Amino acid sequence: MEFAELIKTPRADNVVLHRPFYPAVEGTLCLTGHHLILSSRRQDNAEELWLLHSNIDAIEKRFVGSLGTIIIKCKDLRIIQLDIPGMEECLNIASSIEALSTLDSVTLMYPFFYRPMFEVVEDGWHSFLPEREFELLSSVTNEWRLSYVNKEFSVCPSYPPAVTVPKSIDDEALRRVATFRHGGRFPVLSYYHKKNGMVMMRSSQPLTGTNGRRCKEDSALINATLRAGKRGYIIDTRSLNVAQQARAKGGGFEQEVQYPQWRRIHKSVERYNILQESLIKLVEACNDQSHNMDRWLSKLEASNWLTHIKEILTAACLAAQCIDREGASVLVHGTEGTDSTLQITSLAQIILDPRCRTIRGFEALVEREWLQAGHPFQQRCAQSAYSNSRQKCESPVFFLFLDCVWQILRQFPCSFEFNEHFLIMLFEHAYASQFGTFLFNNESERSKLKLPQKTMSLWSWVNRPQELSKFKNPLFEANSLVIWPSVAPQSLQLWEGVFLRWNRSSKFLDEAYEEMNNIIEYNKELQAKVNALRRQLAELETDDGMQESS
Amino acid sequence: MHLSTPVEQVKLIDRFSTSNKSLTGTLYLTATHLLFIDSSQKETWILHHHIAAVEKLALTTSGCPLVIQCKNFRIVHFIVPRERDCHDIYNSLLQLSKPASYDELYAFSYNPKQNESKRLQGWQLIDLAEEYKRMGVPNSNWQLSDANRDYEICESYPRELYVPRTASKPVIVGSSKFRSKGRFPVLSYYHRDKEAAICRCSQPLSGFSARCLEDENMLHAISIANPAHHYMYVMDTRPKLNAMANRAAGKGYENEDNYANIRFQFVGIENIHVMRSSLQKLLEVSGTKALSVNSFLSGLENSGWLRHIKAVLDAAIFLAKAIAVENATVLVHCSDGWDRTSQVCSLGSLLLDSYYRTIKGFMVLIEKDWISFGHKFSDRCGQLDGDSKEISPVFTQFLEGVWHLTEQFPQAFEYNEAFLLQIHEHIHSCQFGNFLGNCQKEREELKLKEKTYSLWPFLLDEQKKYLNPLYNQDFSQKLVLLEPNTVSFNFKFWRNMYHQFDRTMHPRQSVFNLIMTMSEQNKQLEKDFKELEAVSVQEKLHTRRAVYLILVKFSLIGIFCMANHPPLQLCILSL
Repeated sequence: MEFAELIKTPRADNVVLHRPFYPAVEGTLCLTGHHLILSSRRQDNAEELWLLHSNIDAIEKRFVGSLGTIIIKCKDLRIIQLDIPGMEECLNIASSIEALSTLDSVTLMYPFFYRPMFEVVEDGWHSFLPEREFELLSSVTNEWRLSYVNKEFSVCPSYPPAVTVPKSIDDEALRRVATFRHGGRFPVLSYYHKKNGMVMMRSSQPLTGTNGRRCKEDSALINATLRAGKRGYIIDTRSLNVAQQARAKGGGFEQEVQYPQWRRIHKSVERYNILQESLIKLVEACNDQSHNMDRWLSKLEASNWLTHIKEILTAACLAAQCIDREGASVLVHGTEGTDSTLQITSLAQIILDPRCRTIRGFEALVEREWLQAGHPFQQRCAQSAYSNSRQKCESPVFFLFLDCVWQILRQFPCSFEFNEHFLIMLFEHAYASQFGTFLFNNESERSKLKLPQKTMSLWSWVNRPQELSKFKNPLFEANSLVIWPSVAPQSLQLWEGVFLRWNRSSKFLDEAYEEMNNIIEYNKELQAKVNALRRQLAELETDDGMQESS
Repeated sequence: MHLSTPVEQVKLIDRFSTSNKSLTGTLYLTATHLLFIDSSQKETWILHHHIAAVEKLALTTSGCPLVIQCKNFRIVHFIVPRERDCHDIYNSLLQLSKPASYDELYAFSYNPKQNESKRLQGWQLIDLAEEYKRMGVPNSNWQLSDANRDYEICESYPRELYVPRTASKPVIVGSSKFRSKGRFPVLSYYHRDKEAAICRCSQPLSGFSARCLEDENMLHAISIANPAHHYMYVMDTRPKLNAMANRAAGKGYENEDNYANIRFQFVGIENIHVMRSSLQKLLEVSGTKALSVNSFLSGLENSGWLRHIKAVLDAAIFLAKAIAVENATVLVHCSDGWDRTSQVCSLGSLLLDSYYRTIKGFMVLIEKDWISFGHKFSDRCGQLDGDSKEISPVFTQFLEGVWHLTEQFPQAFEYNEAFLLQIHEHIHSCQFGNFLGNCQKEREELKLKEKTYSLWPFLLDEQKKYLNPLYNQDFSQKLVLLEPNTVSFNFKFWRNMYHQFDRTMHPRQSVFNLIMTMSEQNKQLEKDFKELEAVSVQEKLHTRRAVYLILVKFSLIGIFCMANHPPLQLCILSL
């Protein structure tokens, strides 16, 4: 298919662009296969807008006489308005944008066409391979092995080819366990706590069904992670009720009789479209500046967004607590093990593992616990807060995870190597990107379409020094401790950097942040200067000494 | 009756811990404080004056629970092993926390071991005459009036009041008789550039139809004191309904028909009783154990607290804009003109004048609009055992308004949050004389300047703690008028005030403290650098001579040898 077929009017003149907190800009609008471009003719500051079609969540059109207006609502929550003279032009442009922003085929997406303007120093597709992660693990324990049982994606379509499992469990047993777990997601290692050798595993629900089907390899697998005489915890991210209902559909949970060494805790975390609704409501509330205080607070409450944040953080703290405080191993799962499970396992690692609070460590975490673990990004991030087509698959699961990380970052502002912009950048790229990283739903799909060969990895771009500097937290000081966030409602806050980003000017806050950076930079500079002088003096003194003695 | 013997084995329970974590220690009562020393020798001091309520709960198996709520929002929960002891502590605290007369207040016994001249100097630190001079009065339009020199026409006003030159004594006296509690319109702030003024007063005794020529003349005089006097605003800071209800009691508001060129405006801030119960609701919610997000948000909404804060800020913005944008003079009042009026006048001035955003300026602002104009600190803070219906967090709201501004303009203020919290601490502590009593006349009668210390020099002495490291003086001056955004989503629950003692709720690392330390360190480093540089210049001179000698003594080869040595290289080139 040619994009040209979809572009009925490739350009229009005298289009006026309205954006919050910027003066209106008049210019020429061009539509390309992947971008909406507005360039102003003004010499002084050639302001341009480059918008990826895939970033467009919804559009609305309005007409006053022959002047048409298109309101574009983006996945990054921004709303812009284009005034286009001429009814036909406007209609054509609107329908083109609509078609281009909802392409059916992923292979038509921009990442397959994008040619980077920068030199690739390190290919991000190879930065976080399971083998590398396993090497790190092998340096501290030899109780685990890397299994290629899923090499052809035949045992579990949503798992990567290589997974870490207990050494004592062979591939044959893994195959059997896979048939006992939803979607073949047998328990695999998620995190190894160096401090005490305890581990966190993740999986999907066991397929016990109503007649209490069992699988001895399954219990053997997870028991293999327990020390003699020790008990472990299973954290089920569903309420007991929901877990029980799942049995009717062939799912279920681990019964005490079959797993006597495990204590099961149900910690309900909301999922699917309820989260999507929550996001829609929250963004609606934030975008209406006319709300009085009572209405704003009740809308904020009704969105339930912060309730979900609290739920997720609480469950993650529980998992971390079991490992670090109770000295027990943990298995986390919900139903499919691709959503709430990953929120919990990844956040628990942020709490426990200082490495995950570095830029590289966090990237590795996103790779391991989200991309390779088979979080269906394509389904979940197909639409954002302005979608009116209520498909069931969209859900801001990853977005909530980022928000939770932001909440912890706010409480421990010096313990993270990255800043808020880094999280916002990931949010943006998960929804629309020129890079291939967040395309598709799992490694199997990515490898089938040869993504690493055909597209650029986000990490190849981010990990260049000139980009990294924007995402570095100037306050960072490595903190090797476990960091326990407060989940009291008084400690949780609306993520203003995302939700109010387009709704108010942040000029004064940005300037203050700049000033903070200056103070830190100046401090470094002064220290270096003083140290240099001290050294010089010391040298001069020794020289003097030498001269005098000569 | 004080407890003479300490009570041992008392448990201090963490208010928000779900696992009932506690510390065991010994409880002492001194003449001024309650003191708890836990087994790790950590001390918790609670000033008796800070105690708002003491409650004895039903006996439990581990002992008798005693809950103490403080005015600085600290809540401590003790468990005393023996009921008898608990009862004694309870009774003692009830007495100690409710002094019957001023002379029992801490300020009269507080002795920081300072000599008399320094104490007196402390009281002279803030000089309001100096402040009016800074604003630019007296001038050709405004003068100092002696009408209230001996508090003859208004007891709750200060002796020194600034009024329009054209307002004659009979006009002043007549106007004061037509105003509630005699609080006639006087100058609160004069804007030098715009030649416009903020004036304040109480409500007129207009009832349904009463008029007062002198009062009308008074407003006219204020209006023409502004050279660009096409109109002036009269801001009634009460909800319209309340103001109308007051008419039945012979009070009320100005009838636009009777006053030439006024623009009358209601701004709808609620009264002290609404504010008191609003705060109470807020604290009930925020004090709940295992609180859910939704209960917190709906509790926050139901308390109305942030709505009230927004109303106060919106009023201040209206006032500031009238002056800065329209060049119009504004007269502000509420009922008595000492609560809402103080809030709006002081916040309005803070938006207009960057001086009030400095440490010293903020002290001046509080002295002027709150202390001197008779905000009833003693009644509002419940410093003495008295009518609990007089207690209201009006000043706390003012501080919260300022805090919201510091959040939106992080570089505009010389002071930080700790400064606001410390001032809040001391309006209740009764440790210093500044906030005792309800008006200047009362303070003079109490001889506070002779018998007590002023808070301000103590705060100035430790001002390092209160400096905002991000403060940008140029920023503050460049930005004449602060225009905060009051869309609802900008208002946040002030956790550092209402949970200041609940450490577990706060960020575990403070960016602010870090930057503050670094900023301090930078000053030290700058000094070090200068000193080192000076030393090194001397050293180099010394060395240069040595090098010269070497050059003279030996051959030029020496240069090449030493050229590898960077500092010496420079010396050699300049030889």
